[in-house]
Amino acid sequence: MSIPVIATMPKKVLIIIPCYNEENSLPLVLTELGNIIMPDDYAMSIAVINDCSKDNTATVAKQYNVILLDLPMNLGIGGAVQTGIKYAMNNNFDIAIQLDGDGQHPPGEIIKLLNAHQSFGADIIIGSRFIDNEGFQSSLVRRMGIRYFYRLNKIFTGNNIFDSTSGFRLLNKRTIAIAANNYPDDYPEPESLVIFAKAGLSIKEVPVNMRARLGGVSSINHSASLFYTLKVSIGMLFSFIRN
Amino acid sequence: MARIQIITILLDLFFVAYISRLIIKGKLREEYAIIWCLCTLVLIIFSLWREGLQVMANLFGVFEPPNLVFTGFIFAILIYLLHLSVIVSKLQNNTRNLSQQISLMKEDIETLKKQIKNDDNSSAN
Repeated sequence: MSIPVIATMPKKVLIIIPCYNEENSLPLVLTELGNIIMPDDYAMSIAVINDCSKDNTATVAKQYNVILLDLPMNLGIGGAVQTGIKYAMNNNFDIAIQLDGDGQHPPGEIIKLLNAHQSFGADIIIGSRFIDNEGFQSSLVRRMGIRYFYRLNKIFTGNNIFDSTSGFRLLNKRTIAIAANNYPDDYPEPESLVIFAKAGLSIKEVPVNMRARLGGVSSINHSASLFYTLKVSIGMLFSFIRN
Repeated sequence: MARIQIITILLDLFFVAYISRLIIKGKLREEYAIIWCLCTLVLIIFSLWREGLQVMANLFGVFEPPNLVFTGFIFAILIYLLHLSVIVSKLQNNTRNLSQQISLMKEDIETLKKQIKNDDNSSAN
């Protein structure tokens, strides 16, 4: 009689929120997350990864019912997200959803990712701001960069990913296992898509609304964007070559 | 022996002594010291054997012997810098894994503490 129990067991979902100096925006993000009504077959936990913030991000996070992963040194967004992914793997989560701590990704849109995962069955679901062109659309330079990565990603993987820099993504169990072992450090999103595609994982993009950030500063500023583009291009090339 | 030879040999010996001191004090790992010792050895050989440079230059077909020195050393330095970059990349990977492990273990400890507290409370009641 154990089979029906397994069938109705909810899927464990971990929301991974990488944070660097997000004490201003984090309360809203966490409150909104708390207000989400999850479908019955999902059980949600929230992991806040404090990437050695200089402000009170950790103290703020402790006031909420979240798993706090406190990094002893600043690892950058990739290392922080991977910490959450490792937690998801160690604790046997079925699904991990990455959500930025700056409020760019409205928590309510998580449901869209989960629904897409259920209906398409893809290993990775990316929340994209470009399919419907709704909501906050980011700056011109950033958009040009994203266009460039779209082409590069198409060359390397053959996938049509319009928003490959989007950090709003759902990963299933197989993807979690791969990302826990191999995840890029800085600006990880485009490169990780090449890694996932090489591993034979399927990627699906769904439209979501994004907002302008509520607080903090982007990890990518203007003078660094050329370096960013170059670094990520090289990373993607070598992830493509590497077995 | 020319003055410059004596100066170079003395400097080389001082350099070797300094490297040895670093190794003894545990500030330099032996594997990284090898290249420095080798470089010093080459310098000592050529400061003792003055015609050596000319001979080597002829051998490689270099017209100006000093150019051979520059080319040789720049090449060696480039290789060594690459080697150092490899080490730094490895160290960066190691520190990333370490800090991730630490944060995960901190969380484990917090969870266990809460559990113990709850157990204590329930047994007290």
